[in-house]
Amino acid sequence: MRVDAINRPVALPRLLVVQIRAVLLGYWRIPLFAIFTIGLPVMFFAFFGLPRLHQEMFRHVSVGAYILASLGAYAVSNVLVYNVGIGQAQTRARKLDLLQRASPLPGWIAIAATMVGGLVLATSALVVLLLVGALAGVSLPPTHWLLLILALLYGAIPMLGLGLTIGYLGSSGNLAPALASLIYLPMAFASGILIPLSQLPSLVRTIAPYLPLYQVGQLGWNAVGAANETALHAALWTAVWALVLGGLAVYAYRRDQRRKFA
Amino acid sequence: MSTLPTTPGAAVELLDVRKSYGRLEALHGLSLTIQPGEVVAMLGPNGAGKTTAIGLMLGMRRPTAGRVRLFGLDPGDRAARSRCGVMLQESGVNDVLKVAETVSIFRAYYPRPLPTERVLEFAGLAELANRKITALSGGQRQRLYYALAICGDPEALFLDEPTAGMDVESRRAFIGDIRRYASEGRTVILSTHYLEEADQIADRVVVIDQGVIIADDSPAAIKSRVAGRRVTFTVTPAPTAEDFVGLPISGLELREQRVRFHSSQPEQALAAIFRRGWDLQNLEVVGADLEEAFVSLTANRGSDPPHNPETV
Repeated sequence: MRVDAINRPVALPRLLVVQIRAVLLGYWRIPLFAIFTIGLPVMFFAFFGLPRLHQEMFRHVSVGAYILASLGAYAVSNVLVYNVGIGQAQTRARKLDLLQRASPLPGWIAIAATMVGGLVLATSALVVLLLVGALAGVSLPPTHWLLLILALLYGAIPMLGLGLTIGYLGSSGNLAPALASLIYLPMAFASGILIPLSQLPSLVRTIAPYLPLYQVGQLGWNAVGAANETALHAALWTAVWALVLGGLAVYAYRRDQRRKFA
Repeated sequence: MSTLPTTPGAAVELLDVRKSYGRLEALHGLSLTIQPGEVVAMLGPNGAGKTTAIGLMLGMRRPTAGRVRLFGLDPGDRAARSRCGVMLQESGVNDVLKVAETVSIFRAYYPRPLPTERVLEFAGLAELANRKITALSGGQRQRLYYALAICGDPEALFLDEPTAGMDVESRRAFIGDIRRYASEGRTVILSTHYLEEADQIADRVVVIDQGVIIADDSPAAIKSRVAGRRVTFTVTPAPTAEDFVGLPISGLELREQRVRFHSSQPEQALAAIFRRGWDLQNLEVVGADLEEAFVSLTANRGSDPPHNPETV
């Protein structure tokens, strides 16, 4: 018998599952970080949504539903930029990527697991926020809740690209948190997901439609019936942003790999 | 380079491997074959090319020229990597996790891993299983990296300067662990810059300096070639080189009254000197350090400069 038969490597789907579990365990082990990303949107909702929950905004959409959609976009993007981006930067700073590279774990499985783990945490943050909203009295038809979750997760895919780009740029783990805040926070304000579009200065309102987070907001608002752009328009723009930011992530990744493993 | 012949059954094979980082050439045509079951120490000073050689063996880096095989396969092949355990000189883990958690994640990468408890026992971490990695000392961390290297029950173990940063006590215990592991018929490839360590663990020592192999022999043979002592003293009046003719010494240096030489039989050399009735001051006899050992090994190679081992 050939020795190869007993040395068959672990099946790829199993490796992926193992690695996703490892990523989630890492999130679980720093509860403060998770509380921050899950708790912040809930807190914002309590501050800005609760006092005017049933007030009608436009087209019979309540302030509560509108703010829930906005903060949902914020919650999902937050996780993908901060947790995924900083997490990946830390993996590199700790040199865990070197050890993984020498192990039988394929590099693309490690990256896929990071992305899936991020999406799982993002979904958790979103579901917690929506549950709080529903319990507080925001009412939507059941299909709209589901639509809101799917629309926001789709809309946040470009943010995954942004998160990974941040995670692969820079040689130190300290750069990522700064970079994430510098890019993400102003963008969140300018996209109308933290402050309603109508209240933004006119210059910012002109820029807003060109920002990727604006499209995430539009997708969320579409799901609750409060958008000023069609869902198709937002979905197409999201696809374009996914290509741009995903391409940037691939560039940053390749640059990192070239430096370490050429 | 598919024209190069390969040795069937070898665990590791490097054939005329060159590796450049930009304009710096780290390996200048290195050839090395390691058979399954061999315990090989790669010995050399910092920057000799040991880490580069290990990186190439594991497919972490690609050779600029030449050919690298791991169990007859491309080193990037998962089938080959699944048979190897690795302890890198520079690496880390997600240190918010616990010791046992990390081991069980890494063992799941391998097709036939050891049970987590046994890995922890082998690595001396049984009591620290539930400790967070952030709370480990430097030595305990090295043991964790060792645990991650053996958790897949690998046929070949690669250890890049595994005892770096360990104190004397933990180093001794750790060397014992590696020897026990190697005694089970596994291939161990370890890099070190301590001859003593190479001697304690390995049955073959490959000395690398400036990217070329300058010696490849049993530890005993290497030791006999480098086991000299450095002797220094001052004597008045200042001696001349003729005074030392016929003594078992090498590398004589005279600077007025100061005398310095190398000898593999320092007792005989000094006995002969004392018989001359010289009044020695500040006598020192110390073990030749690795630096000097390299000098003597390099000198043995004749006039071949180490930077340019071209034979073509």
